[in-house]
Amino acid sequence: MGALRQEEMILNVGPQHPSTHGVFRLVVTIDGEQIVEADSVVGYLHRGTEKLAEDLQYTQIIPYTDRLDYLASMINNYALVHTVEYAMDLEVPARAEYLRLIVMELNRIGSHLMFIGAYLLDLGAMSPFLYAFQEREMIVQMFNEICGARLTYNYMRVGGVKWDAPPGWLDKVRDFVPHMRERFKMLSDLVSGNEIFLNRVKGIGVITQEEALNYSLSGINLRSTGFNFDLRKNRPYNLYDQFDFDIPVGSNGDCFDRYYLHLREMEQSVRIVEQAVASIPDGPVLGKVPKLIRVPAGEYYTSIEGARGELGVYIVSDGKDKPYRMKLRRPSFVNLQILRKLLIGQSMSNLIAILGAVDIVLGEVDA
Amino acid sequence: MASLWGWHTSALTGISFLGMIIGAVIVLLLILGIVSYLIYFERKVIGWMQGRIGPNRVGPFGLLQSVADILKLLIKEDVIPTNADRALFLLAPVIAFVPSFMVLAVIPFTATHYFTAGLNVGVLYYIALSSITILGIVMGGWASNNKYSLLGGMRSAAQMISYEIPLGLSLLGVIMLSGSLNLNQIVAAQNYGHVWFIIPQIIGFVVFVISGIAELNRTPFDLPEAESELVAGYFTEYSGFRFAFFMLAEYVYVFAISALATTMFLGGWSGPFLPSWLWFAIKVSACIFFLFWVRATMPRIRGDQLMGFAWKVLIPVALFNILLTGAVYEIHL
Repeated sequence: MGALRQEEMILNVGPQHPSTHGVFRLVVTIDGEQIVEADSVVGYLHRGTEKLAEDLQYTQIIPYTDRLDYLASMINNYALVHTVEYAMDLEVPARAEYLRLIVMELNRIGSHLMFIGAYLLDLGAMSPFLYAFQEREMIVQMFNEICGARLTYNYMRVGGVKWDAPPGWLDKVRDFVPHMRERFKMLSDLVSGNEIFLNRVKGIGVITQEEALNYSLSGINLRSTGFNFDLRKNRPYNLYDQFDFDIPVGSNGDCFDRYYLHLREMEQSVRIVEQAVASIPDGPVLGKVPKLIRVPAGEYYTSIEGARGELGVYIVSDGKDKPYRMKLRRPSFVNLQILRKLLIGQSMSNLIAILGAVDIVLGEVDA
Repeated sequence: MASLWGWHTSALTGISFLGMIIGAVIVLLLILGIVSYLIYFERKVIGWMQGRIGPNRVGPFGLLQSVADILKLLIKEDVIPTNADRALFLLAPVIAFVPSFMVLAVIPFTATHYFTAGLNVGVLYYIALSSITILGIVMGGWASNNKYSLLGGMRSAAQMISYEIPLGLSLLGVIMLSGSLNLNQIVAAQNYGHVWFIIPQIIGFVVFVISGIAELNRTPFDLPEAESELVAGYFTEYSGFRFAFFMLAEYVYVFAISALATTMFLGGWSGPFLPSWLWFAIKVSACIFFLFWVRATMPRIRGDQLMGFAWKVLIPVALFNILLTGAVYEIHL
């Protein structure tokens, strides 16, 4: 009797697939249900932001940054204006910095909520998604009030922010803090201790500290390995050095740690928001900025802690009102590179758990 | 008229045959109605559990939602993929669907048996027929000529065959206690003994519930149609009314397995004061509600863990239950 003919199957996961969270394509070669090769194909959402920026004045670039990591647009806004302010050595009014900090941390909470909801939905638990969205909706509503948009905020400007907080807005944020604290326990109780869930994420997709550094991971992917690196602490920008908060780190570098760190980080963000709202000063929200923003000739790079890792903006200027070249360091794109290594040898159902926990946003991967 | 309704006792004549047909048609229509509202009920229940409203647009309280959904499916284009195995592709939904209604023939809905075949191997009949559905699922997965469908069909086959065994074994304890495979007599035995079999057979009941959910391919065992991994599993390529057949089969099984649980473990139609059909309806609804509740709560289990759980945990526990039942039975008598 001849041996059974066996062959490997190539499976296209994406670009239209419910759990790639956008137009991400993963070509996996599977042997039965085991993955033997995994190729990520990116670029389906490429809009050429960096090239477009070369033809735009700095203020005009800001709306484009909204569309990178569309779950955390406020943080993207800040990444750009921060670099320009640093290059021009601009003074930003205190109230503007406070408002920026509050919206950035709120946005971080919103983004993490989205991660937790979507991740658990991928793993088959549908309820947490809707619970997470209740709080996210509150945050989005607050953003709508302060800048008139729910997703693409275009709120920050070089030298400050576009609008001051409307009357009563800060009180809403103040009330949101205790509410959110209560919800953390519930969110964590929903699934965190579930035996089925733990079996699916514990010890799965383990990244060692060395690998994480070699792959240049940042954000929660790096911190889950136990490496304490958060730009808010390590290279403080904005007002982060004035506030009291901790950086939660994981220990195993597995999917569970990454999930759990999202929960823990939200708690810290709430702490920051609470302190900021309590001490926000009055004053102008836009500093003295020249009519036409010209960055002095030279090369500038600053990076901030985005919702997904180190978000950097590199500007080469020849002294005009438009950048000569702009490069964005998008954490999702960098973090994605380790995916192949994590996937090979795993089964198909782990694919979803691993891909979800790496936490990519396709707008940012493809820029 | 006596012989029209007395078909289950009298000899087969023209008139009793007519009665049999009428009974079957009534059950068929009734179940179709119940099932379309099961979908509505599920969406409402899960909606409430998730802080949503659920369907509320079509008709009062969204009551016509299922009607609208079915109409929509009816008027959809019937797509058959070019490279599909045409004959099998067309046959699969039928094979998946027909047994789901056939199993209902043996369920005793009321104290009177107008609508129930008093089959002496009722339990066996149920288990045997419900396995045929697996064939339809595997066929559908294979014939679609789609990789996701194939994986879904494969998973389904592995899972449903694995869980058939604990499901069958878990029912054995009840059969030992009642001494019959006839569902009518199993209900009668619970009436006679004044105790529902859920109490002496609590281990069997737990195994039954778990493997029953797995048989239904429902959360947390919904791997075959794991949306996030396999798009829609074995029926990815199906649309229109063929898709509706698969969905319908699934929901009929939700009803059927709840009815089986009620009959085997919860005393069937028996209960004080209220009419027997109402008791049956209440118990079945409770079982169905439990299934929906689980769906809103649990994440999905992983494939290899699923198999390990069936073979390493459920089957030994079910076997132990049989041993225990036998031992207690021997000591008592």
